[in-house]
Amino acid sequence: MNPSDISPEEWQAIWLTLKVAIVAVLGSLPVAVAVAWLLSYRNFPGKIFVEALISLPLVLPPVVTGYALLILLGRQGYIGHFLDKDLGIVLAFRWTGAAVAAAVMGFPFMVRGIRLSFDAIERDLEGAASSLGAPGWLVFLSVTLPLAVPGLLSGAVLAFGRSLGEFGATITFVSSIPGETRTISSTIYALLQTPDGDAAVLRLCAISVVLSLASLILSELLIRSGRRRLAR
Amino acid sequence: MTGIEFKARLRLGDFTLDAAFTGEGRVTALFGPSGSGKSTILRMIAGLLKPDEGRIVLAGRVVFDSALGVDLAPRLRRVGLVFQDGLLFPHMSVRQNLLYGSWARRAKRSAAFDATVGILDLGGLLDRAPRHLSGGERQRVAIGRALLSEPAVLLMDEPVAAIDQERRAEILPYLETLTREYPIPLLYVSHALDEVDRLAQQIVLLREGQVVSNE
Repeated sequence: MNPSDISPEEWQAIWLTLKVAIVAVLGSLPVAVAVAWLLSYRNFPGKIFVEALISLPLVLPPVVTGYALLILLGRQGYIGHFLDKDLGIVLAFRWTGAAVAAAVMGFPFMVRGIRLSFDAIERDLEGAASSLGAPGWLVFLSVTLPLAVPGLLSGAVLAFGRSLGEFGATITFVSSIPGETRTISSTIYALLQTPDGDAAVLRLCAISVVLSLASLILSELLIRSGRRRLAR
Repeated sequence: MTGIEFKARLRLGDFTLDAAFTGEGRVTALFGPSGSGKSTILRMIAGLLKPDEGRIVLAGRVVFDSALGVDLAPRLRRVGLVFQDGLLFPHMSVRQNLLYGSWARRAKRSAAFDATVGILDLGGLLDRAPRHLSGGERQRVAIGRALLSEPAVLLMDEPVAAIDQERRAEILPYLETLTREYPIPLLYVSHALDEVDRLAQQIVLLREGQVVSNE
């Protein structure tokens, strides 16, 4: 395959896909850290329900998640209505909406990775830090978070990989508008509907495989180097 | 110098701890079989575990009193904790571990730094990562880290139990020097009689969560 074969529309889809995935991951990371911390360090009524809710996008048909996003965040949606009227933020049929869909679909992976890291931290290590005079926020920043970095990175990379492949929720929520919301997946889908799309489909499939493999390998490498660095 | 005044009750499942003792001397040993509540007492003194009721006074300062509603956070108790397996921060160098206390309290780098490094023989280890230390070295760093946080009392939870017999003989002299050089009350948890004999002036004997004797 020659890179010069890739058409401008395909490049556009590739860059858009990367942009959506990066924004999705960076935007949801702080939320995922907070949620993972709550699940790992606190017990509260209804915890099991929260855990199930976070994992729901893993098992729900993506089209249902996309439709739920449309009902909630569409211009006429329960939340989207206020976002549009009061803050001037529109997500439906915009690339930002695609990022939201990707973030929701990747969220379970991210929370799981970070939470496993939090769970593995010896609580007495944090006890030692507070005993040495560190306030809670400093214990979190200087001990908890650095020790969770491997899980954080691997969770983020997995979520990134998941975002690259997002299709169902995205096309339901933000459709497939060239240049705005037409990612690699929806480009492939669109090309499959046209008679001469085969070569382009193959190219984009190959690119998908490469990007996904790269993110999986990167995730594994991060976990390994983290393990080595933190081994006691 | 007043030492440690401890009185607490705590139910943890089937186990009930109901103990009171006063540590007057410089080194008090908490001695007893595993499961007798020694570590539980240490965690309560450090503020990592809350008694159902009781009163804890460290060097003349009330850090916990259920009747008065006093319950100081661990960071305000000025307790130097040394755990059984050191529990150094694995992502920091030895130097960073040693300075963590003054850094966390935004205190000036303690003048005691060089002296403590000298007494514990840590000079050659400062830039190493904890994973490249032997068990005995790790414990020495943990002791130094606790000392450099300028604690009012030192609590050691079986500091040499995880070290093999030969190495143990290497670290006990450090502990002896330390008890001479630093005028801080030390509460030393152990289930090894030879250590206790060698270090402590007072022995509190525990069994099944109760004080059996205190002499």
